[in-house]
Amino acid sequence: MIEFRDVSYSVNGIQVLSGLNLRVAQGEILVLLGRSGSGKTTTLKLVNRLVAPSSGQVLVNGAPNDQVDLIRLRRGIGYVIQEAGLFPHFTVERNIGLVPKIEGWPEERIRARVQEMLQLVGLSPDLASRYPHQLSGGQRQRVGVARALAADPAILLMDEPFGALDPLTRDELQREFLSLQQRVHKTVVFVSHDLREALRLGSRIALMEAGKLVTVLTPAEFLTSSDPWASAYVRAFGAGLESAANRGTS
Amino acid sequence: MNLARFFLQNHSQVLELTGEHLWLVGWSTLFAMLIGIPLGILIAHRTQLNRPVLATANIIQTIPSLALFGFLLPVPWLGDRADRLAILALTLYALLPIIRNTYAGIRGVDAAVVEAGRGMGMTESQLLFQVELPLALSVILSGVRVAVVISVGLATIAAAIGAGGLGEFIFRGLAMVDNRVILAGAIPAAILALLADFGMGLIEKRLRPR
Repeated sequence: MIEFRDVSYSVNGIQVLSGLNLRVAQGEILVLLGRSGSGKTTTLKLVNRLVAPSSGQVLVNGAPNDQVDLIRLRRGIGYVIQEAGLFPHFTVERNIGLVPKIEGWPEERIRARVQEMLQLVGLSPDLASRYPHQLSGGQRQRVGVARALAADPAILLMDEPFGALDPLTRDELQREFLSLQQRVHKTVVFVSHDLREALRLGSRIALMEAGKLVTVLTPAEFLTSSDPWASAYVRAFGAGLESAANRGTS
Repeated sequence: MNLARFFLQNHSQVLELTGEHLWLVGWSTLFAMLIGIPLGILIAHRTQLNRPVLATANIIQTIPSLALFGFLLPVPWLGDRADRLAILALTLYALLPIIRNTYAGIRGVDAAVVEAGRGMGMTESQLLFQVELPLALSVILSGVRVAVVISVGLATIAAAIGAGGLGEFIFRGLAMVDNRVILAGAIPAAILALLADFGMGLIEKRLRPR
């Protein structure tokens, strides 16, 4: 579905990413876990080519993503970022309907799709005419997810989407996201620095450190791993992690 | 009272010169927007151009207006008609605030919002017209507002080269050593500036993004 082949990326002489090899399977949630500056967001942006690699290739649906139409590629990939990145001057309805609109869907179909998406992410249809600043953080993030799913992309890229939320709302959204994924079966690449979140949501966890991929493990493997970086993470997050682990519902 | 009588006696000329004044300010502001907004957009996206462009606009701004009118006088075609020349000079002065605010407005748009749009597959022109310009609009308009207010004041000097406008009264009053005549030009010019400032302020407020 997504494959990184020996991908390196450097900018202004700084090596951000080196020798990345990674496959993301169809329908899985791959969590890129790492601290700030580990290269996880860069890895994510390589998929929709917001970042172009200095060397190596990124394959999306089997094709190198520099050999397909860039706009088509991006419209086929949902993108959710922290604080949702909603357009402040668009209503919720226009935000969610953005990709369908630029794809030229008829108005009626867009409206129906927006209603469907609001329901899917658990928002009241009354919110359609609101502006992002009139919503709570959790509602904005739900709109962000709805917007990413609106044109029904097969791939979803999520860059710390729940990072700025309070713990209760974050918990709620993580739970809803898992049940949503049961229904929509997207291929998800999810960036996080929170091990608890990674264990809970991930089918697999790709641990990154200083621009390199350290290891790729399932949540259960991660907890018992002897890898020094993985065990350092487990220690840092302390006790009670076992109960958080996603034991492979998919 | 003398002044009021002067206005009443000369009201048709006051109106005519006010009309000429608006003509000069209107055209020059329009031209400055047509040049300045695209230039501002350009330098916001090609940041290596922003220094030379802003420096040039800054230098133009420092040329004393009377001198600029004088410099342009011998230019063929332009020099043939004083109002053309005045409109060109006023356009040049109006450029700086418009370019600078367009640049600042677009650079001020949240980079995350633009990147989200790009990541979802918006083309560069969709990003410009649907995201960057709407979000920068109130800042751009406040640049236009400054430009209009400056132009209303500067346009009085256009009378020195015979381009008409309310400056006619001011220069005539100076020559006649008659304050009434000076005020007959200065007061309507001040009122025009205030009205333009107020009107543009209203538009700006209405278009401000939430």
